[in-house]
Amino acid sequence: MIDVLDDIDRWRAAGHRVAVARVVDTAGSGPREIGATMAVADDGEVSGSVSGGCVEGAVVGEALAILDGTRDAGVITFGYSDDEAFAVGLTCGGTIHLFIEELDW
Amino acid sequence: MSMYERWSEAVRAGEPIALVTVVDGPGTGSKLLVEPGVAAQGTLGDSELDRVAARDALAELEAARSGVRHYGPQGQTTPEDLIDAPIVQVFVDVHAPPPEMWIFGAVDFTAALARVAKVLGYQVTVCDAREVFATRRRFPMADQVVVSWPTPVFDERGAELGPRDAVCILTHDPKFDIPAVRGALETRVGYIGVMGSRRTHDTRLARLADAGVDAPADLDRLMSPIGLDLGARTPEETAVSICAEIIARRTGRAVPSLRDSDGPIHD
Repeated sequence: MIDVLDDIDRWRAAGHRVAVARVVDTAGSGPREIGATMAVADDGEVSGSVSGGCVEGAVVGEALAILDGTRDAGVITFGYSDDEAFAVGLTCGGTIHLFIEELDW
Repeated sequence: MSMYERWSEAVRAGEPIALVTVVDGPGTGSKLLVEPGVAAQGTLGDSELDRVAARDALAELEAARSGVRHYGPQGQTTPEDLIDAPIVQVFVDVHAPPPEMWIFGAVDFTAALARVAKVLGYQVTVCDAREVFATRRRFPMADQVVVSWPTPVFDERGAELGPRDAVCILTHDPKFDIPAVRGALETRVGYIGVMGSRRTHDTRLARLADAGVDAPADLDRLMSPIGLDLGARTPEETAVSICAEIIARRTGRAVPSLRDSDGPIHD
């Protein structure tokens, strides 16, 4: 989390709204640890990562959907082992669960 | 101060703090900010749920372990109570201060071990009673260099050590080793490693027995000779073998420690 704080503060000081996605659980091989955080500003700027680059593009889309009100805060899952998983997978074969929400707290 | 402001302030300062967030179920997104010694800020939607979640978050903070937990809407945790209850899934996001490694003995192995420990995120203290050896110039990578005998250091700061921390005793000098081992055994430290050849280890055991340290539970805490059975030779290789042993002890994986083997330490 500490790696994204400076960017978040800079964005918020400039009047931007911010969404954050945090790794809450992993199964199998996963490149980032639980708690790894990615932040997305409402203009699409990105800070931090939640995988080895496999799912970040999809996370930006979900984060912007949160900020424009077309989806609610919640858990999203990436990985091949889950039938309900997003189409985009992790090349390592692992599964990650992210909690994504607007930073309005 | 908003929860985010307090959270980011504590994370930056390396202060222990846990952010508890409902990630699924009633009240998704609700938060509770938990810190040792102060009242929790925020709510998950029910005072009893807040109480139970804060208690669990403090325990996770002690272990520096983040993860998901499940409760009933009023903090129920037992399976009977959870039947037919909607499940509140919470993510406990823990930021704990870095673990400590105290290295006794300012020798060549110390510099290598301090370097590897820094890579792994330890807060490193080097301690030796000899002023000419225990200098910042020799150990610029250490967070602290202390000129002292072991006993006063343990008397003053031993209570800070916990299960995630490590004490590595590298002196080979019984005058220093014995009080360092005794001091470490009186703490809750998770790892105690003591360097030396197998012969040094045997004479050390005899001296420890003379000093009254002979309880099997105490001796079982000592990783001596220190490190995994890797055939490590250089200070750097030895440092890797020590840190790898610390990781293996924490994860409970079965990898051969020198303590449990009986061949030569290196060829």
